[in-house]
Amino acid sequence: MGKISNEELVQKLTDKFAGQVTQTGADYGLLTVETSKELIHDVLAYLKTDAALQFIYLTDITAIHYPEQEKQIGVIYHLHSLTTNTRIRIKVYLTLEDLHIPTATTLWDGANWMERETYDFFGVIFDGHPDLRRILNVDDMTVFPMRKEFPLEDPNRIDKKDYFFGR
Amino acid sequence: MQNHPVYTDNDPQTEYSTLNLGPTHPATHGVFQNVLQLDGERIVSGVSTIGYIHRAFEKIAEHRPFYQITPLTDRLNYCSSPINNMGWHMTVEKMLNIQMPKRVDYMRVIIMELARIADHIVCNGVLGVDTGAFTGFLYMMEYREEIYEIYEEICGSRLTTNIGRIGGFERNFNTIAFNKIRKFIQKFPPVLREFEALFNRNRIFIDRTRDVAAVTQEQALSYSWSGPILRATGVDYDVRAMEPYSSYEDFDFEVPVGENGDVYNRFLVRNEEMWQSLRIIEQALNKIEKEPSDIFHADVPAFYLPPKEEVYNNMEALIYHFKIVMGEVETPNAEVYHAVEGANGELGFYLVNDGGRSPYRLHFRRPSFINYQMYAPMSRGMLLSDAIINMSSLNVIAGELDA
Repeated sequence: MGKISNEELVQKLTDKFAGQVTQTGADYGLLTVETSKELIHDVLAYLKTDAALQFIYLTDITAIHYPEQEKQIGVIYHLHSLTTNTRIRIKVYLTLEDLHIPTATTLWDGANWMERETYDFFGVIFDGHPDLRRILNVDDMTVFPMRKEFPLEDPNRIDKKDYFFGR
Repeated sequence: MQNHPVYTDNDPQTEYSTLNLGPTHPATHGVFQNVLQLDGERIVSGVSTIGYIHRAFEKIAEHRPFYQITPLTDRLNYCSSPINNMGWHMTVEKMLNIQMPKRVDYMRVIIMELARIADHIVCNGVLGVDTGAFTGFLYMMEYREEIYEIYEEICGSRLTTNIGRIGGFERNFNTIAFNKIRKFIQKFPPVLREFEALFNRNRIFIDRTRDVAAVTQEQALSYSWSGPILRATGVDYDVRAMEPYSSYEDFDFEVPVGENGDVYNRFLVRNEEMWQSLRIIEQALNKIEKEPSDIFHADVPAFYLPPKEEVYNNMEALIYHFKIVMGEVETPNAEVYHAVEGANGELGFYLVNDGGRSPYRLHFRRPSFINYQMYAPMSRGMLLSDAIINMSSLNVIAGELDA
């Protein structure tokens, strides 16, 4: 089977989820869609089980933090359909007050550690996860270090400020 | 005198014993801890603890210009760091839409395949050590050394190579490097053949590895396995063949697969991959001869560091040097996922760029991290000694596991 075109994928997702899955980009040919946390489990399950799509391979789960946005934390899934050699990226944005999202461990066993890592660094709570603990950081850490409010360097340092470089 | 209870086989076991396998157990080849519940020698359950050498690379990467992220990737899978370096360079080049000259692609392919061989030498050699055969490991180690000498000739360092640049290589391969590569592909095949003769039909080795930790295709895919251990189950997923990068589509090679995903099959797949890598290197050497011999980088002055002698004598070069090192070059707003076939599986770089001097977010899809999570569940019911060789055959590298 050949590669599924992005248009076809978008069409299928739009038909199935009545416009609740929207295309947000296709940088370098990789289709990116956005959906809501209510739908994410259904979208993942549909992509995995649909006979024509067969996105059976969960490549990665990670997150990103945009402090300026209203919905600050984005959870990002990368799926890969091995039979058609197509990749897709799915994003769900969450507010800091409500960082709950359904787990994908019911679909893929491999989602377990990926979600634990995402929880560890961004504090996203995957509802239904069998063992949501920190994984790389120490257990008694109280913050989620990949969020943008934690600077790596001394924030008082001024020698790297933009105005020194005419920016 | 105190009375110690003596258990016999007929006594009902009411308590399991707890064993801390690791964090620094000599048989685990790295800092991994597994707390195992044992019923005699059989594992009842296990919990993996990881993160002992977590160095927050993803956080550091958000504060470094693209250029300075290459040394971070060295320290992921340090047994085959050139693959990580090239994977990162190609991710940035993909983001910037830089087209590489064919010769650079082939040079990269040579280095990446050498790195794959070096990685598989260590993994399969160590698997031998864990089953009680030290000879193969020591014998093969000499050839890993030769590969490291090739790296040394090209980039000056051996383990954490920082090889190549965004946009190509820092310098051309010299004659000595080409001679060393040619010598290697001549000298290594007989050794590999001998190594296979030592193991492949060795009764003791087969008894120790066959049907140990067998994994079905469904399990492997559900756990998102990739690389040789996935192919050992019979799934022919190889990024080099599925989504060719760096002109892999120009090469004629096979993707070896196994049958039942046990330790023996993983060993055979890795061995066969070394043969395929040798084939690829040989083809690459022939292809390189047909390309103009003075090209070793793309013509992208805004991203490729100028040679040092020009930096000191030429103003444009100095400006570019400064801009590149300080991260002053404009980059697009973009989101890239680029995957390469690392020695352990799909090594992915997910890069979100906002046009600043460093990535807005960089995530490494590290195959060791994802492959290792099945270790504790699959160890259930296994003998402790089998669990040890299972770990060697997964080839989990602590640097890649913990990032």
